[in-house]
Amino acid sequence: MTQSLKDKLIILLLAALGAAFLVTFIAIEEQAEIFALLVFAGVLIIASAKLGLTDKISQSLSRNERLLNLSVIAAMLVVIFWFHEDHFPLLMIATVLLYVVACCGLNMQFGYTGVVNFAGAAFFGVGCYTAAVLGGTGTPLLLVIALGGVMAAIIGSILIIPVLRTRGHYAAVVTIAFGLLFRTFLEVNDTLGGPQGLPVSGMNLFGWDFNSNIQITENIEFSFYMNYVILALIMVILTFILMRRIERSWIGLNFDAVRLDETAAACYGINIKRWKILSFTLGNFLAGTAGALFAMMLGFIAPSNFAFSDSLILVSIVLLGGMGSIWGTILAAGLVVLLPEKLQVIQEYRFLLYAVVMILILLFRPQGVLPRNLRSYIPGWRG
Amino acid sequence: MEQQQETVLAFKGLTRRFGGVVALNEFDMELTNGQIVGLIGPNGSGKTTSFNVLTGIYEANGGSIEFLGQDITSWPAQKVYEAGVARTFQRSRLCLELSIFDNIMIGAHKRLNHGFMFNVFKRKALQQQIKENYEEARKLLTIFDPELADKMFEPVGSLRMIDRRRIEICRALISHPRLLLLDEPSAGMTHEETRELMDDILEVREMIDGLSIILVEHEMGMIERVTDKCIVLNFGQKICEGAYREVASNKLVQEAYLGGE
Ligand SMILES: Nc1ncnc2c1ncn2[C@@H]1O[C@H](COP(=O)(O)OP(=O)(O)OP(=O)(O)O)[C@@H](O)[C@H]1O
Ligand SMILES: [Mg+2]
Repeated sequence: MTQSLKDKLIILLLAALGAAFLVTFIAIEEQAEIFALLVFAGVLIIASAKLGLTDKISQSLSRNERLLNLSVIAAMLVVIFWFHEDHFPLLMIATVLLYVVACCGLNMQFGYTGVVNFAGAAFFGVGCYTAAVLGGTGTPLLLVIALGGVMAAIIGSILIIPVLRTRGHYAAVVTIAFGLLFRTFLEVNDTLGGPQGLPVSGMNLFGWDFNSNIQITENIEFSFYMNYVILALIMVILTFILMRRIERSWIGLNFDAVRLDETAAACYGINIKRWKILSFTLGNFLAGTAGALFAMMLGFIAPSNFAFSDSLILVSIVLLGGMGSIWGTILAAGLVVLLPEKLQVIQEYRFLLYAVVMILILLFRPQGVLPRNLRSYIPGWRG
Repeated sequence: MEQQQETVLAFKGLTRRFGGVVALNEFDMELTNGQIVGLIGPNGSGKTTSFNVLTGIYEANGGSIEFLGQDITSWPAQKVYEAGVARTFQRSRLCLELSIFDNIMIGAHKRLNHGFMFNVFKRKALQQQIKENYEEARKLLTIFDPELADKMFEPVGSLRMIDRRRIEICRALISHPRLLLLDEPSAGMTHEETRELMDDILEVREMIDGLSIILVEHEMGMIERVTDKCIVLNFGQKICEGAYREVASNKLVQEAYLGGE
């Protein structure tokens, strides 16, 4: 069997395994079973790492990017269609997908350019409230999503001057303050519903009602959440393409240079402000688009959804996955959103557990669970 | 023997203070086309500071800098680079987690297209530009070390110090500068390695028309061999200027070095 055929088989096998794992994990309810499944997965991963399999596998993956991406999409579609009539699993999957989009935004800021943003939930929230306000006006769905992103980017520009002027801890404090202000603003603002929040009316895509179930045949009915999951998956794909293209371009190189050494970057003509503004704005845009769809999906939003702790969760997803690593963000978003939903033990001690995991990651694996690779500008090309 | 006597760089009364420390004190100097000037002096005498002020990292407190007929005294670092000044740093400043190719490409910044549309949507044209620049970077690095040129996609952090210095010099040279500032390029190298490095730099100088170099160096053999003239700083003040032989036999210079350590 040739190497390339082997690579392809490995990818298909992994995608099938991943889909099967996700379906099982989401479907089972019994706590002991879930726990057993997780232990099984953990042992499998540790064993293959010990046997040196993970290195081989990751080489196979990086040689066949296209197939890998397509297989993962196919696996996701299998999982989604498996649960086509179950509201709750679909809602969970869509939530993971939208977190991926928002965290990719943060990753663009923090992972690529080194601009810290502890107000991720606020920018996500701007998108949510944009959708709520536009809800009754008959604005087309896709436009609402885009406007959610645009609003987040515009509101983010308030922060640009302090973020450009300050560095490190100070920039963190500035964004934390902004996040708190945002929430307080929502709570006292009656036109935006005050502390009770706002309902978000259902959306239409070209006359297609997003909030009613879809009758396929007499016996098959899709949950209305299918609409949102599919749209969220499309958003993830577009975000992934954008992140990848930026990373594999001169812009990505400029981002890295700004993050790693501003002085050297300046001595080689790199305009620090320009690239920080671009990455901050794009990142907030992504968070806003994710928020807009999220609000329409939930149908109701309140200021309590956008607390500082939610921003911390977004940041911890980026750190857990690995700075600048897109696959890392996808994996970490899955873990951080799904685990507490499935394991009640975690639900209660959620934040304690996050804190412990964060400290362990920063101490022992600062590059994250799926570290970012060196930039390869053109897949498969090495000079 | 000189082709032209065009002045490339001129400091006039350049002064820079850090609190009470006068790091540069009324420093005058001139550099002509294609010249290699050695900038020497004991530790803390202001050599690095003169590079930092020239490249716009620090503002000057007094005096002026003229480069190719333009007053660049208060220009930001980016503009100084655009005008044709490239430098290395005393304590190597590469992006260690990036590849050799990435690091060298940072130096090519002014020739690359950084437009959002170009980078995100015109992938074919971008990839063409990447490949062209790869060829040039590879050619340049091959002059310094052919083996290194085969490792273009390896992280700089995995390389030896000498290789890192070579890459830093390539990052500067790929911008086709008119003026190259080298801040102790041979630090931590053996005599043999230093000689090789300097040969490589001289070889590249032949390829770039009218490239002038300011070389800060403690290794006097290197200064003697390559410089057209030397300037000696002590406590931020120029105490002597001339050919290496004259400077080395100067009383003030000998005292400065003896008193400095
Ligand atoms: N950023 C700074 N802040 C405060 N003082 C500084 C700064 N940079 C340089 N100095 C001071 O300016 C003086 C000149 O320093 P500089 O680094 O230019 O010396 P140098 O000639 O490069 O020395 P060396 O041979 O050790 O590299 C020193 O007294 C140094 O302490
Ligand atoms: Mg120095």
